Amino acid sequence: MNPESSFAHHLENQGKLPNAVVAAQGEDQNAPHGTTIVALRHADGVVMAGDRRATMGNIIAQRDIQKVFPADEYSLIGIAGSAGIAIELVRLFQVELEHYEKIEGTPLSLNGKANRLSSMLRSNLGLAMQGMAVVPLFAGFDSAKRIGRIFSYDITGGRYEEHDFFAVGSGSQFARGALKKINAVDQSEEDAIAAAIEALFDAADDDSATGGPDISRGIFPVIYTVGPTGVSEIDTERVSELSREMLQRRTAHPNGPRARLIPEGGTA
Amino acid sequence: MSVPYYVSPEQIIADKAEFARKGIARGRSVIVASATDAIYFIADNPSRALHKIGEIYDRIGFAAVGKYNEFENLRVAGVRLADTRGYSYDRTDVTVRTIANAYAQTLGSIFIEAAKPFEVEIAVAEVGESPDTDQLYRISFDGSVHDEAGFISMGGDSESVGNVMKDNWSLGSGARETVRAAVKALSPDGEQELDSLEVATLTRGRDGRCFRRCSQDDIAELLR
Repeated sequence: MNPESSFAHHLENQGKLPNAVVAAQGEDQNAPHGTTIVALRHADGVVMAGDRRATMGNIIAQRDIQKVFPADEYSLIGIAGSAGIAIELVRLFQVELEHYEKIEGTPLSLNGKANRLSSMLRSNLGLAMQGMAVVPLFAGFDSAKRIGRIFSYDITGGRYEEHDFFAVGSGSQFARGALKKINAVDQSEEDAIAAAIEALFDAADDDSATGGPDISRGIFPVIYTVGPTGVSEIDTERVSELSREMLQRRTAHPNGPRARLIPEGGTA
Repeated sequence: MSVPYYVSPEQIIADKAEFARKGIARGRSVIVASATDAIYFIADNPSRALHKIGEIYDRIGFAAVGKYNEFENLRVAGVRLADTRGYSYDRTDVTVRTIANAYAQTLGSIFIEAAKPFEVEIAVAEVGESPDTDQLYRISFDGSVHDEAGFISMGGDSESVGNVMKDNWSLGSGARETVRAAVKALSPDGEQELDSLEVATLTRGRDGRCFRRCSQDDIAELLR
């Protein structure tokens, strides 16, 4: 990237780039960790959803943390891992994209944004190796290809494009297992949101660090969608309603929807 | 021993000011004006790529006349300052006054110290709750800051442009009235090419980034 239009580069020159604040010594227990994020493609774009729990060892550090954010008008970022560093990374990434857009007069391409996030992660490698890792999930609407795209990362900044869905965080294996069975290619946004809620519940069901819907406190997953018209947040009322319906269905079928073993019209 | 050549400070300042004024007077004009729904930035600019108007921050916009390379540098510096402050503190802590002061400092010291002053004039504006809480600042080539009420006209023939604007516009005007008055002021002979208009707005009452560039269709719609 042209260092002229990079905000992080500008901060670094000024000596203001937030860096190794603490020398952590594998202290997984001492800083809050965010848990499960899922992203699913649908016919018009991508839906990204995250549970609301942050944990510190066996303690629930926060019940209503937000872990999915709009990165700019056409992309979303979800974060798992060390919450303090992750939220700072999101803040810096948001300014980075806006700064580029303002200085260059045109937004970065989706690939450009995904690559930029890669190099920002790589600069946290030192802390990541000491247990303060951040694993983001990035998704956006590619205005050139007219499709939604999902990118996953590892702590070293490795960037991998995912096909239809992905999940990160401690409950991600369970969420991915669920999505593998219930996610459909070319589904509607509506179905993608329903699938995300199911997958997050399955993650919360089997992973103690992922929080399920909290009816008594009114805490539900944060869900965003991005498509040709940009980013929008799914209204809390609607997520609450969909979550309640899902819980209703689960009272009859605690394990959730059952995928067909044999496809319609097929044979074993 | 040769006698050092003496020029009085008054003379130096007067020469520099005249040089800068001449440079600015050669350029086309820009108007920044408050309307009921937004602050409008209207520039006579035949180029589609080299903008005279830019976004600084959530509620802050920028317009300039004069030498492109010089004001482009200042625009980038303004964006950097605003983003750095917003990131270090909070988005609400970025104010147009900070930006205007920084421009005044920079232009002031360039005017005094550099061999050649910047041939630019700058406007920065912050949209408020209503037209009378909008803040519009004009910063001259020598770093002097003017806090203007309602509208700013800068560039080539800014005085007569300002006069036409005064006759056709008043605080509390709507979008169409404001843009029409500005276009009339920019083209005294009544022949402003639509293609060479650059228009942007800072929309009132929005959260987050309020700056938006108007497309040719938007401009035609405003002038219809």
